[in-house]
Amino acid sequence: MLSADNRDPAALPRLLLTGLAIALLWPGIQLSELDLGVLFHADSQSEMGRFVSMFWPPAHDREFLQLLLKATLQTLAIATAGMALALLLAVPASLLASRALSLTAASRSGRPSLLGRLLRWPVRGLLIFLRSVPEIVWALLFVRAVGLGPAAGVLAIAITYSGMLGKVYAEIYESTDQRPAHALLQAGSGRLASFAYGVLPNVAAELLSYTVYRWECAIRASVVMGFVGAGGLGQQIDLSIRMFAGGEVASMLLTFLVLVLAADQLSRLLRWRLA
Amino acid sequence: MKRLINSVLILAIVAAVIASFAYLGLDLEELGSPTSLKQMGLYVGRFLSPDLSADYLSAILRGSMETLAMSALGTLLAAVLGLLLALPAAGRFGWFFQSAARLLLNALRAIPELVWAALMVLAAGLGPNAGTLALALHTTGVLGRLFAEALENTPPEPADAIRLQGGNPILAFCYGTLPNLAPQLLAYCLYRWENNIRMASVLGFVGAGGLGQMLYVSLSLFQEAQAGTVILAMLVLVWGVDSLSAWSRGRWVKA
Repeated sequence: MLSADNRDPAALPRLLLTGLAIALLWPGIQLSELDLGVLFHADSQSEMGRFVSMFWPPAHDREFLQLLLKATLQTLAIATAGMALALLLAVPASLLASRALSLTAASRSGRPSLLGRLLRWPVRGLLIFLRSVPEIVWALLFVRAVGLGPAAGVLAIAITYSGMLGKVYAEIYESTDQRPAHALLQAGSGRLASFAYGVLPNVAAELLSYTVYRWECAIRASVVMGFVGAGGLGQQIDLSIRMFAGGEVASMLLTFLVLVLAADQLSRLLRWRLA
Repeated sequence: MKRLINSVLILAIVAAVIASFAYLGLDLEELGSPTSLKQMGLYVGRFLSPDLSADYLSAILRGSMETLAMSALGTLLAAVLGLLLALPAAGRFGWFFQSAARLLLNALRAIPELVWAALMVLAAGLGPNAGTLALALHTTGVLGRLFAEALENTPPEPADAIRLQGGNPILAFCYGTLPNLAPQLLAYCLYRWENNIRMASVLGFVGAGGLGQMLYVSLSLFQEAQAGTVILAMLVLVWGVDSLSAWSRGRWVKA
């Protein structure tokens, strides 16, 4: 007669892990002052309810729509101008940081000499530094340095995205087949020529689709950066939340959704056409 | 023909870039002029001597712990809620619940964390609680969708076997589906946690506690030395969470 075996061999480790997780989480709950009940309190619920009930109908008078159009255009312009400035820094930095264009690597089966690696490090370090501070912190700093308005947003996007683009470009150059570029280098061509004829044809599609994807991210980021005063749609959303103008918040959130969807479609079109 | 369309597209992109600079009226020459560069240099210079006094470091430690707790609890809450919403969103309870859950998840995901935080500060008051709720709401949308896709792609045979042997649906899910799914769910949670620690450190800008609030306050008071310390602490925190999650990924996910 078979009998069910209730022994669980993993019981002790599971118990210990659960105990450890609870011991770690308890101070966390204290520190984050987590209180889900606050959402269900009568007064905060009526406060939130009043705010949300103002969401309908979304504001749509003529004057507000003009303001909305202006803010949306500003958001698009911030993302585009920021990307253009970021590319100005990212392309040279990626060429300097990438191992794909190393002269010594060409004759040492892809491994650059010690000196070459040492000289590439400062550029890599600069790119790491640029992208490890979040763009909204850069925006907050630039708002102090150059004043409220879109200039701070453009600079913040330019700085963070040049770090990201530079690093990813350098890796894309290295990930493709190295032999054409090495052959050109060993035959005596210059680095730029071997990049343009040996690396670029293989990687152009990937570079393009990553750049377009980053532009899409830049649009989302430029909305968020408005919250610290860097212009565009985000600044208007922040103002309207502070003025408890629910209808305006609703129509701006809708605009934001439409903008993100449109950017998605446009980037699909660009990738399909140019890739 | 293709060539023509492509050159038109490239011309349009160039025109869009020029139009953006013109629309914003950016004065790059003035931004790049020696006087303003010198001013910016002076401003940056004040960040380079971070305030490392013991008092301030203990305040920073508290802020960092608050940020860490916000991100961890926000991700955990989102994982639980996301799994609960992923079951209907993967079509386990019929098409009506499927489309309702998908709509809810899309709405949660579409609104950025910072907007959620601004709304939650209204509902729950200033402080880390609002930040935790904001992170949880946005991340629920993201994780719910990822979990639903993972649920749809997991093989149904183990759960079917338990059902055919007479096990109830809950047992079949726990012992037939979940063990296959667990590494993937954990990988998604860790990935979102890495994202959320970055977001948690800036949610304070709208009053949701943690390091972001300290940075906002010290910048508003023109205390650049303190702000420099906060930025350093943010970098250390993000780096720490990244290496912790890389370690746990290696330990539990690549089974």
